[in-house]
Amino acid sequence: MTVQSIRGPLAPWERVECALAVLAVDPSGVKGLWLRARASAVRDHVTAALPDARRIHPGIDDTALFGGVDLAATLAAGHLVRSRGLLASPVAVILTMAERCPPGLSARLARWLDDAGPCLIALDEGTENEETLPSALTDRLGLFLDLGDMPWSETETIALDPVQIASARVQLSSVRLPPDALQSMTSVAFAMGIASLRAPQLALVCARALAAWRGEMTASTDTLRHAAELTLAHRGELPETTESETAPPPPDPAEDETNRPQTDNTDRLPDDVLLDAIRAALPADLLARLAAGRANRAAKGNGTGIVRKGNHRGRPLASLPGTPGSGKRIDLVATLRAAAPWQPLRRRQADTQKLEIRKSDLRIKRYQESSDRVLIFAVDASGSSAFARLAEAKGAVELLLAQAYSRRDHVALIAFRGNRAELILPPTRSLVQTKRRLAALPGGGGTPLASGLALAFELALQTRARGMTPTVALLTDGRGNIALDGTPNRERAEADSLRIARALRAANLPGLVIDIASRPQPALRRMADMLNAPYLPLPRADAQRLSSVLSAAMEP
Amino acid sequence: MTQPFPFSAIVGQEAMKQAMVLTAIDHGIGGVLVFGDRGTGKSTAVRALAALLPEILAVEGCPVNSAKPEDVPEWFGAKPTKLVKRPTPVIDLPLGATEDRVVGALDIERALTRGEKAFEPGLLARANRGYLYIDEVNLLEDHIVDLLLDVAQSGENVVEREGLSIRHAARFVLVGSGNPEEGELRPQLLDRFGLSVEVTSPRDVGTRVEVMRRRDAYENDHDVFMKKWRAKDNALRKAILAARAALPGLITPGAVLHDCASLCIALGSDGLRGELTLLRAARAQAAFEGAASVSRSHLKAVATSALSHRLRRDPLDEAGSGSRVARILAETLP
Repeated sequence: MTVQSIRGPLAPWERVECALAVLAVDPSGVKGLWLRARASAVRDHVTAALPDARRIHPGIDDTALFGGVDLAATLAAGHLVRSRGLLASPVAVILTMAERCPPGLSARLARWLDDAGPCLIALDEGTENEETLPSALTDRLGLFLDLGDMPWSETETIALDPVQIASARVQLSSVRLPPDALQSMTSVAFAMGIASLRAPQLALVCARALAAWRGEMTASTDTLRHAAELTLAHRGELPETTESETAPPPPDPAEDETNRPQTDNTDRLPDDVLLDAIRAALPADLLARLAAGRANRAAKGNGTGIVRKGNHRGRPLASLPGTPGSGKRIDLVATLRAAAPWQPLRRRQADTQKLEIRKSDLRIKRYQESSDRVLIFAVDASGSSAFARLAEAKGAVELLLAQAYSRRDHVALIAFRGNRAELILPPTRSLVQTKRRLAALPGGGGTPLASGLALAFELALQTRARGMTPTVALLTDGRGNIALDGTPNRERAEADSLRIARALRAANLPGLVIDIASRPQPALRRMADMLNAPYLPLPRADAQRLSSVLSAAMEP
Repeated sequence: MTQPFPFSAIVGQEAMKQAMVLTAIDHGIGGVLVFGDRGTGKSTAVRALAALLPEILAVEGCPVNSAKPEDVPEWFGAKPTKLVKRPTPVIDLPLGATEDRVVGALDIERALTRGEKAFEPGLLARANRGYLYIDEVNLLEDHIVDLLLDVAQSGENVVEREGLSIRHAARFVLVGSGNPEEGELRPQLLDRFGLSVEVTSPRDVGTRVEVMRRRDAYENDHDVFMKKWRAKDNALRKAILAARAALPGLITPGAVLHDCASLCIALGSDGLRGELTLLRAARAQAAFEGAASVSRSHLKAVATSALSHRLRRDPLDEAGSGSRVARILAETLP
């Protein structure tokens, strides 16, 4: 590690070293590190240099974290013995498998970080986009490192000099930032679209620590730049490279307050420099991947209550040792079975004839969680498509339902024709009922595509609130010509449909668009893009093929 | 522990600050829901509020902060009579708190050591006459939500478990915060909050820089900063106390009642809770402003936060219900 000024952005491994140094110098200021990497030799290099910390895993319970009654010790001692929680002492905490961190734990850790905790190091091993740390933590942890494509050859053992750390800690309180650093950092974070105000604050803390580490009395431009790389780069989107429009406006001199000394422009840190540093800091696709993770997390967050609610009939799994409590039910048979072998020994010990059950015998029930799926068909029964495709659509629905029955899925059917949409079949698993209703489905009239979509949307939200997982399948030839209010107006109809498609996408409802026109319709492809749904032109589809396509699309 | 960030030093977020002050004036308004992005100062505001609130008089040692000695619950055992001043309780309800931590449970220590069946009060007992704060309220487990709904409605916590049969007062102001992108709130719980505000992070650099500057001063120049803002916090506390005193004597003209009703009808809000909360909030606002009687302007000042979460949700309405309230407000009460 060279103390001298480093020109240009940090090399990948230098960035790792800087992050670890900052973490060592001011752990309670930067709050922690989000380390995204699979378990590997490269990651071991990094973790070996981390400060001493207690390791926790996402399944840890409250008693271990915050302390509580130590049942075993209490029973043995005959008076109350409380255990001290991990978080009671000010110690750095490493959260392993952080991508599996449930919202309850992340909220408690976030609270702990806000109050007392020095720092949290989250080892995020997420491989897929949707696996990532909960945003309550990503927002609070100052530093970010991604070791995803770090070649082994570029790494080396990191040994932070304890003397340098100690002197940096002493220095920390006297390090000054350039007067406009605050302004620049805030502007850059804003230009990157980072809504949270924690981000620039953490960037400043990081800059101070880094300056102290490098022995600078006032943080240099390079240090500020590197701090921005370490703390801001992963949080937002970079503005377009043509910065003239997107760059933040220069600070308004009128708003300068008296407590802020006026500086000459020579050492003004241009925001572009910071942005360039950030741009260089990360592989191009990382931001997209992180953004996808954020979006998915949002969609998943919606499921926290719902998915569990939907477990009408979970498959019982093997029971686990554990303490029954809220949400956990005791498995009496398994508990007795666990206690049985010990009875003679314990009876002799306790000198009784009673059944002796200890805490370690307790077993809790577990269920496999899976929620019901609903396939919502929105079928175009208008004049233009009725005769050509309606029969196939009906056939496909029936076939799917026959298969769905074995998978215990539900099917709902919405038909739209004339000037409005109609719920022909509420979510059901009854094949007989479906056949009867489908046979009676008349065709003809205009194409109120927007109304059909709107009804499907409403139904999807309803079923989701009931704990099911809806998928919307739209079968149409795409010539929507009736607007949402029932009036024939092709332009308004299209605008309305796109608007609802946007809402569907915003609600993270999976969908699929099946084009049943004789020639593929570009308008429908646009709509599929808007829905973020697969687009399947099926001009010559028979019922059999349609159904196989649909079941393939529904597979998770 | 260091002193929390001063309430008056929070930049902007006027709607949130107003809502919190109003519930401090009249607890009957029934809670604040703060929805918004991360890092917009939601938690900061709640912690600051705790420091801002005036102290309450409570029976010494009482587990539910009773105001009078005769209100101390029987199961407490002792009969203390001395009144002491203590800070208004602001209790955190962490996500994933177990049911027995929330409502209270059998006191294991006494059960084990003395063989007594005694009650160990939970968070609801401690929050009585104060605030109960739930961060990420939208992620709260359903069985805890059900418990809270019942207690928030009745003002009484009834514990029937492990052979205990206990009841105690649990009147508290519910403060919830969360990020709507991570999950919706059940309408039943939504309705229990008197006021709801949406916070967004400031959209201009100047304001953001000011936020950062104050935060920086708070962290690095603590004493000077706290001294500077303590006076403002004290003035605000005095204003809250004055408003509380003025509240009973406030005149509510019939025209204002009429305005309330017609606004709620125009918005189609469910139930009468909307009207009642709107009126209470308007009265608190009037008292805070030092007016002698409630007027239409007070009503307008609180209408959005009192009503926006009570409308039937329209999933296609991209602008959000806040602007719907504002539009109908302008139409109904010009």
